[in-house]
Amino acid sequence: MESGNILVTSTETLFNWARLSSLWQMSFGLACCAIEMFAASASHYDMMRFGVIPRPSPRQSDIIIVSGTVTLKMATRIKMLYEQMADPKYVISMGNCSNCGGPYWEHGYHVLKGVDRIIPVDVYIPGCPPRPEALLEGLMKLQEKVREQSFAKNEYA
Amino acid sequence: MSQHSIIERLRGKFGDAIGAWREMAEGSEYQRRMGSYLEILAPQSLLDICFFLRDESELQFDSLLLISSVDNADSTLSVVYHIESTILGNHLAFKVTLPADDAHLPSVTSVWAHANWHEREAWDMMGVHFDGHPDHRRILLDEDWPGHPLRKDFKEPAFYHGMKVPY
Amino acid sequence: MPEILERRTIKHSTLATTTHVHAPEEVERGRLRTEEMVLNMGPQHPSTHGVLRLEVVLDGEIVVDVIPHIGYLHRCFEKHAEALTYPQIIPYVDRMDYISAMSGEHGYVTAVERMMNVEVPEKVEYIRVLFAELQRIASHLIAIGTYGLDAGAFTPFLYCLRDRESILEMFEKTCGARFLYNYMWVGGLSHDLHPDVLGMCRAFVKVNRETHTEVNNLLTFNHIFVERTANIGILDPLVAVNCGASGPMLRGCGVKWDIRKNDPYSIYDRFDFDVAVGSNDLGTLGDAFNRHWVRMLEWEQSLNIIEQILEQYPRNDMTDVQSAIPRRLKAPAGEIYSRTETPRGELGYYIVSRGDVKPWRVKVRSPAFSNLSILPLISRGYLIADLVVILGSIDIVLGEVDR
Ligand code: SF4
Repeated sequence: MESGNILVTSTETLFNWARLSSLWQMSFGLACCAIEMFAASASHYDMMRFGVIPRPSPRQSDIIIVSGTVTLKMATRIKMLYEQMADPKYVISMGNCSNCGGPYWEHGYHVLKGVDRIIPVDVYIPGCPPRPEALLEGLMKLQEKVREQSFAKNEYA
Repeated sequence: MSQHSIIERLRGKFGDAIGAWREMAEGSEYQRRMGSYLEILAPQSLLDICFFLRDESELQFDSLLLISSVDNADSTLSVVYHIESTILGNHLAFKVTLPADDAHLPSVTSVWAHANWHEREAWDMMGVHFDGHPDHRRILLDEDWPGHPLRKDFKEPAFYHGMKVPY
Repeated sequence: MPEILERRTIKHSTLATTTHVHAPEEVERGRLRTEEMVLNMGPQHPSTHGVLRLEVVLDGEIVVDVIPHIGYLHRCFEKHAEALTYPQIIPYVDRMDYISAMSGEHGYVTAVERMMNVEVPEKVEYIRVLFAELQRIASHLIAIGTYGLDAGAFTPFLYCLRDRESILEMFEKTCGARFLYNYMWVGGLSHDLHPDVLGMCRAFVKVNRETHTEVNNLLTFNHIFVERTANIGILDPLVAVNCGASGPMLRGCGVKWDIRKNDPYSIYDRFDFDVAVGSNDLGTLGDAFNRHWVRMLEWEQSLNIIEQILEQYPRNDMTDVQSAIPRRLKAPAGEIYSRTETPRGELGYYIVSRGDVKPWRVKVRSPAFSNLSILPLISRGYLIADLVVILGSIDIVLGEVDR
């Protein structure tokens, strides 16, 4: 480099920084919450400024936003999608439905009451539906989490 | 043609297969028009009745609005057909009542193609079997789902494919 | 040029080009027939608009058959309806057709009011129709925007969602929710119209008319878009009626059928608007392009209705919007089939009551369910690349398909 600048940092910080600024999202909508997710990535809220780019394939993505009601018929597919993603991978559970069954907790015979019954969740966003701002907040919470990760605690796998 | 004269035509053609005309007494004028229904007593002649309703030039019921199934909780099920003529503007509903443990009806898919998915749904949700249906499978739930959920005595399973179902 | 591509080429020099109607069966597959292949699409495919799974049988690149598998979003609406009281059902109605929740609510409360014979104050009717029409525009904006995405155009999507946000802002001001409102109650509304909304609405109509022209220029008359959508997925009007199509799907093939006109509800008989139907100008009557075109025209008609409402709205009417809500919500024993026109078509509720606070049975005739069942018919014989475009033109909402 001509100006000869040097940046000193630890590998961990560098990796985490790179990771948290390009959380590619699996573009995958489930129910009503997915519409708010679209709204969050469209003109007004512009989720892409956080480095969240929708990818059509699970193999290219880092986060999966479970946006909506997980039914029993869908649950096995979600698990399969999650397993197809490359490590490190993160899960945001968006909306009451995927947190705990939401409005369908009592009579919903075909609704899985919480996506955490099948895959591990990093961030829960409450709301029915959560506003796009809430989704962005959840995303920033996830970024904070990624920033704190360390090799030593074996959190990379 | 008023609803009453339609029923008279049906009675003239099919006789005993046509049961009583149930008119909604309370409620709005709209409900009298769209809520009243005709009882059909002979499920085996349902297909002929439907073809007659569709093809007769004075009736021309060319559109099926929906097929709904109702559990009456007295071990009978009812299947209700709402049909309409987009040409003449008439509306008619008719109802067939079946025993719950042996619910069989002829499929009307050959009359109105719209019936296809609605009949599959009635089978899935209520357990009404439609004979002669071209693709008689469950539609919303998986094939191995236990029971028919909209029956009043349905109990949700505790586990399904290893996933806990109740809250 | 391969025959199938030749059929799709249309002339743009004249708007009035009429191309031949080719039923899908007509497409020749005989000469170079290959082994059939089954391709699975979904349930998480980005362009299936939700969780729909399509089993596509292919002969080379040509679609031989499509088998839709639905139910991945079956949330047991009908079971919930049996377990809850009439007003408690309204939030679930919202969640059924989540892109146009107001229209769904409007249909449901109309059905229950007709059962209980409730008279609704005039002001409430005006607000309801205003919101239902705004919702129609919002829903069509999503339909058109995502349809652009399906066909490969990203910009119209951003334009459309921008305008949709202004509509949601009005709803939010009035009832506090962005898109699942629980706003229309049986006999009334949850909140009175916010005083700012009429002004916002007037400004919105002005801006939105410009967006309409913009989207037309960007998308509808775009050469690439027309090439992608015209002359594919052709639906014959007779088949459409027999298969239970409704909404833009039915009107796209030239059938003038709109519940707002043919079986008027609320106060739609007071407004002057046209029922938009497809035409043969670009593409063929009943093809994917015409379904999009009908949506564009309906958008304009909704703006006309809104303008009329703004003129007629009883500004000095101080009626409490909750004054007509019945104290005891019990429908008399009986049944009803009541229907309204939502952005997707004829939404009907079949409600059976046994004189209780809860309905005995609620069955929904959801337009998207019926429209989707036609997909195999209209996609046979076209290229696999056209399948997504045909599917997008139906404008399904899976919440409503699966209920
Ligand atoms: S949390 Fe609410 S908005 Fe989100 S999917 Fe569930 S019902 Fe729909």
